[in-house]
Amino acid sequence: MAAPRHLQFDTLSLHAGQQPDPVTGARATPIYFTTSFVFRDCDHAAALFNMERAGHVYSRISNPTNAVLEERMAALEGGVAAIATASGQAALHLGLATIAGAGSHIVSSGALYGGSHNLLHYTLPRFGIETTFVKPRDLDAWRRAIRPNTRVLFAETLGNPGLDVLDVAAAAEIAHEHKIPLMVDSTFTTPYLLKPFDHGADLLFHSATKFLGGHGVAIGGVLVDGGTFDWAASGKFPELTDPYEGFHGMNFADESTVAPFSLRARREGLRDFGACMSPATAFQILQGIETLPLRMQRHVENTRKVVDFLVRQSAVESVAYPELSSHPDYALAKRLLPRGCGAVFSFNLKGDRAAGRRFIEALKIFSHLANVGDAKSLVIHPASTTHFRMSDAALVDAGIRPGTLRLSVGLEGPDDLIEDLSRGLRAAQKG
Amino acid sequence: MDYQVANKTAYAYTGGKAFDQKLPTVVFIHGGNQDHSVWILQSRYFAHHDYAVLALDLPGHGRSGGAPLARIEDIALWTLALLDAAGVKTAALIGHSMGSLAALECAARFPDRVSRIALLGTAFPMRVSPDLIEAAKNDEPAAQNMINIWSHSTHAHYPGNPGPGFWVMGENLRLMQRQKPGVLYADFAACNNYATGLERAKQVKCPALFLLGNRDAMTPPRNAKDLVNAISAAKVMTIDGSGHNLMGEKPDEVLDALIGILKT
Repeated sequence: MAAPRHLQFDTLSLHAGQQPDPVTGARATPIYFTTSFVFRDCDHAAALFNMERAGHVYSRISNPTNAVLEERMAALEGGVAAIATASGQAALHLGLATIAGAGSHIVSSGALYGGSHNLLHYTLPRFGIETTFVKPRDLDAWRRAIRPNTRVLFAETLGNPGLDVLDVAAAAEIAHEHKIPLMVDSTFTTPYLLKPFDHGADLLFHSATKFLGGHGVAIGGVLVDGGTFDWAASGKFPELTDPYEGFHGMNFADESTVAPFSLRARREGLRDFGACMSPATAFQILQGIETLPLRMQRHVENTRKVVDFLVRQSAVESVAYPELSSHPDYALAKRLLPRGCGAVFSFNLKGDRAAGRRFIEALKIFSHLANVGDAKSLVIHPASTTHFRMSDAALVDAGIRPGTLRLSVGLEGPDDLIEDLSRGLRAAQKG
Repeated sequence: MDYQVANKTAYAYTGGKAFDQKLPTVVFIHGGNQDHSVWILQSRYFAHHDYAVLALDLPGHGRSGGAPLARIEDIALWTLALLDAAGVKTAALIGHSMGSLAALECAARFPDRVSRIALLGTAFPMRVSPDLIEAAKNDEPAAQNMINIWSHSTHAHYPGNPGPGFWVMGENLRLMQRQKPGVLYADFAACNNYATGLERAKQVKCPALFLLGNRDAMTPPRNAKDLVNAISAAKVMTIDGSGHNLMGEKPDEVLDALIGILKT
């Protein structure tokens, strides 16, 4: 007997979580623009509220369009459940706030998107949650930073801004030695390039605004539960293993052996923090996911061509892309990311801030803006935009040089992109 | 709730409410390589609708101690012993797959203890294909993958179980992975070796509901026919669009059918 096959990634991208609408026959996922859902009778209402029947009550908690996105992402990641949120930041906050509270501690990679760093460094301490930042490559530093009250290890799969490749298996091993989960930000890799649950991560999230949506039209996030972490055996998460008076005294770990995290995150976090996704956004992100495998292949192909061009330019001092043998994570990337290291990377121009400004302002195809993961190519010069108040010395401390530029390579013809970058490099050298 | 059966911890989920033995009792018995959590929605419903609920973790599964039991007859005896430990005289037994055989065995051998039975995703004989049983013995991940694919009829559920956003196939796979090594093979062997199902079915006098998925590739409805014909008070309901994981794929339909038999 031939062993049955799972659907391939490309097929799941189109079909997981959705069938033609049983009432209308609509092939595409309908947008359920409704705040609330009619109960069949009082007993049905009570059963929905008390988790005796599955269904929708109110679109802050769940919505049929969002559910397709959530179930599709859980399928693509190989997890057990997902929650669509208002943004990637909302997904990060929901994930952390479900398992950490006043008195908790987090150990995080320091190579983070600025928004995530702000949340951990400045905002969460106001709510009694402290974070210790470590260099993601320093495994001993992760170990040393863990305290008895540490509740989670957190890192990006490809760190910001130098694309530090997270050794997911090694970080997960450290987390599990201490009976805590590993949570990763998978935005830059998407499940097409890396499935962190296969390497031991327990929770992950995406800024769906980026490659998942892929078209730069919608802000959203998705938090995914791998279903791997044994919260009950850990003994460190009473939020999941003790009765919760805020939801009928429910003990989430009794209810679900594999997904108590997701039960609590939805029934407490979405309900009380309220950072839900609009069903219109869920629809837009789903349109993006349908072509995720095709787009990611092209993103990576184009990026490789752009990187190959840049490393050969005399005006370029260095390029930080893990497929280059000069990158400190070259060997790890080769093993962990055989399909490619994504389409966002930084390079350093020779010259000062003014050279960076001239480069940016000469470009015609790359758009100068604060986003990544769009179908269109994007560029930003941190020294003259996001970090313009910093002195040159302070920039270096932050891992940024006056000539550092970040590119997000899109889906345009690669020759056009290279011609555009050539134009920028010529302008930069004219100063 | 933890009980002691044969000097081992026996865990039973009580549906989110304290167990009250004065109420009519419903016992849920899971299938191979699973635990009580496959019944979340149905067990919570009955616990909040004037029933006392015991959703079991069979020995060696989930939170219950000991090793998995080698024979269906042993699972039936263990279930009776758990009822004794819980102070329950009679109960309705609801079993899925391997658990359905245990419910059948109990109803036949202990008619004064079993008020009715519901058999979900059942068949007799419950033979496991040689390839699958070989994989269960020597390559559990491969066996779990086969079971997960064969147990589901679709990659989309409306809504997910236990609620929107839950990926039913992912949960089922993780739940199997969560069981201890060797449990899957022991359970399959117990199903494979159970030989007296037809004789037992003829002895069943209580109301019996067969709940079958019309797209069940593990226990196709046709393989339940002999059992159905052997039980005088049998009622058959087929759930359209459901595979073997009936509680995961069609939780509301399963619940409505169970409400029907328990109210009879």
